[in-house]
Amino acid sequence: MKLSRVLPIAGLAAVGATVANAETITVATVNNNDMVVMQSLTDAFEQSHPDIKLDWVVLEENVLRQRLTTDIATGGGQFDVMTIGTYEVPIWAERSWLTPLDNLPEDYQVDDLLKSVRDGLSYDDTLQALPFYAESSMMYYRKDLFDEAGITMPDQPTWEEVREWAGKLHDADQEQYGICLRGKPGWGENMALVSTMVNSFGGRWFDMDWQPQIDSPAWQEAVSFYVDLLDNFGPPGASSNGFNENLALFSRGNCAMWVDATSAAGKLFDADQSSVADKLGFAPAPVAKTPKGSHWLWSWALAIPASSDSKDAARQFITWATSKDYISLVGEREGWTSVPPGTRTSTYENPNYQESAPFAGFVLDAIQGADPTDSTLEPSPYTGVQFVGIPEFQSIGTQVGQMVAAALTGETSVEQALQSSQRATERTMKRAGYLD
Amino acid sequence: MTTAKNQTVARAPAAPTTRSPLTSALLNRRLWLGVLGWTLALVIFFPIFWMIVTGFKTEAEAIADPSLIFSPTLENYAEVQSRAGYAKFALNSVVVAFGSTLLALLIAIPAAYSMAFLPTKRTKGTLLWMLSTKMLPPVGVLVPIYLLFRDTGLLDTRTGLVIVYTLMNLPIVVWMLYTFFKDMPKDILEAGRMDGAGTLQEVIYLLLPLTLPGIASTGLLAVILSWNEAFWSLNLTSSQAAPLTAYIASFSSPEGLFWAKLSAASTMAIAPILIFGWLTQKQMVRGLTFGAVK
Repeated sequence: MKLSRVLPIAGLAAVGATVANAETITVATVNNNDMVVMQSLTDAFEQSHPDIKLDWVVLEENVLRQRLTTDIATGGGQFDVMTIGTYEVPIWAERSWLTPLDNLPEDYQVDDLLKSVRDGLSYDDTLQALPFYAESSMMYYRKDLFDEAGITMPDQPTWEEVREWAGKLHDADQEQYGICLRGKPGWGENMALVSTMVNSFGGRWFDMDWQPQIDSPAWQEAVSFYVDLLDNFGPPGASSNGFNENLALFSRGNCAMWVDATSAAGKLFDADQSSVADKLGFAPAPVAKTPKGSHWLWSWALAIPASSDSKDAARQFITWATSKDYISLVGEREGWTSVPPGTRTSTYENPNYQESAPFAGFVLDAIQGADPTDSTLEPSPYTGVQFVGIPEFQSIGTQVGQMVAAALTGETSVEQALQSSQRATERTMKRAGYLD
Repeated sequence: MTTAKNQTVARAPAAPTTRSPLTSALLNRRLWLGVLGWTLALVIFFPIFWMIVTGFKTEAEAIADPSLIFSPTLENYAEVQSRAGYAKFALNSVVVAFGSTLLALLIAIPAAYSMAFLPTKRTKGTLLWMLSTKMLPPVGVLVPIYLLFRDTGLLDTRTGLVIVYTLMNLPIVVWMLYTFFKDMPKDILEAGRMDGAGTLQEVIYLLLPLTLPGIASTGLLAVILSWNEAFWSLNLTSSQAAPLTAYIASFSSPEGLFWAKLSAASTMAIAPILIFGWLTQKQMVRGLTFGAVK
């Protein structure tokens, strides 16, 4: 379509005629690498679907979330395809804001989608969005440093071991830090990691009566451990580091270990982007008391809002963009490390992928091993590993995230931070009607 | 020019003592004012300078330790251009910024005229009330405006943005024009009226030409405010009417490296308004000091 802008006026009429028949759908998405690739394949889609034209709206994650929520809550109908996460799907589906995706065509092979991912995107046993890519969390480490120090990575590391190794490998004068972890406040930033730590230390966000548990001993232990670990063996200014900052630190060789999203694996393994590509080791996310909920589950998925006027065309697009064929197309054009990971069993059975992505096995195990419906040692009333699937959680998570960051910078003590978090969360839950 | 002048000033204190203490004190003050002015200007300009520089670095250099030594690359500009058509966004920005400014001036000139020359006892109150509408954070009225726009079909249209920006800038435009008009001697208008001019002629032939610098600087300010507005433009547009602010927003990301591309996109987004501001700075300064030197 870009052509029409440069075509001489004489040609415009002809182009206009074909465009007039085409149905335009507006796709809203985030500016992550895999989505940029999807956008660059617009031509491929338009060629195979000549009667559909794609318009893109690309925004930063938080801006997009606000933009989409405004539109879908008011039935604005500005978008035909929305990129949303595991967190939104059940909440929006409950309000009938999404088009349920039953009766998907046979050749789409729904059963090929990984079960844990599919479950996360279903409501009332019906898929509400199709997974574009999915991630869990795992540990990256520097093989060379571990070998030098004579440390062998076990099959399942524990946080206690991680602490010991971080102490051995930390050398601040050489700008080599024992461990890099997220510290930037936000429910999807530091709290994603801290929640998995709390889970593994035996804690939970709420008990079965929705009473917040943030002042419990498990939280105290997990957050003290986290703060202590980063304070002693982390990079300076850790409280402003999110995924990107840590990715940059690790790929420049400043971190001995890093626990974060599995989606970093492809980037760290790409020698063009990372100076540690040949020294990279992988391990499952560390555990403490229980493996339950020790690694998160997140997926970015494509959904069709109920307010869309072009549901059929939108459906054709999302089944295309999450299909097996799409994954092969990306593999052939962009290289197999660039394919959207974590959605289909067939991707992990593909010999091309196995060969070019040695981390594939860890990622698959992590994603399959994450169970959003059973992620805490003691029972909890919510779904979600690193989040709580209720609308109030965004603000609760971010507020607690800020207090944890304050404890990390030493502004308050861990105990104080958790107590004020507990009080703030109780207030929010009372106001929302969960508590009397 | 300015540097040459500064150098003369800088040499002044070392000059022989033929100058009276008073002049040397004055020169001293001017020197310090000059230094202060330049420092302030550099501090204000530094982020823009850094953004432009970052746009020519590779992504890896952009996040590495800050350095001014690197081999400049245009790859970010190529990448940014291949991902989203700049022209469409830029055209939307131009139409919306200038459209809303024209509309605001059209409404504000008569309003300010009546307030300046035919005030009633409620004029002051009206002016204050108008300004008070600026005190509400925009997000407070997001949902009502979104619903209104949905029902009137104004979502994702340039007309919609022009209306919102006009309303957004109107209080400031009226206030500024009101102060400019008030500074104009009433006698000139009266003389015109004696010669038989009607209200319209009075405004067109006397008021407008005499307060043109003021009107021009008000207009420029409104253009800049509309150009840079990022809340409404992101929330009320999707694909058709999105201006340059939405273009910039599409290059920020919580996952992956993006600083160099974001800087390149931002440089392209501010370039037109920067050049426009530079070309019109004379009018701007004349307008802003207009009335102050009487």
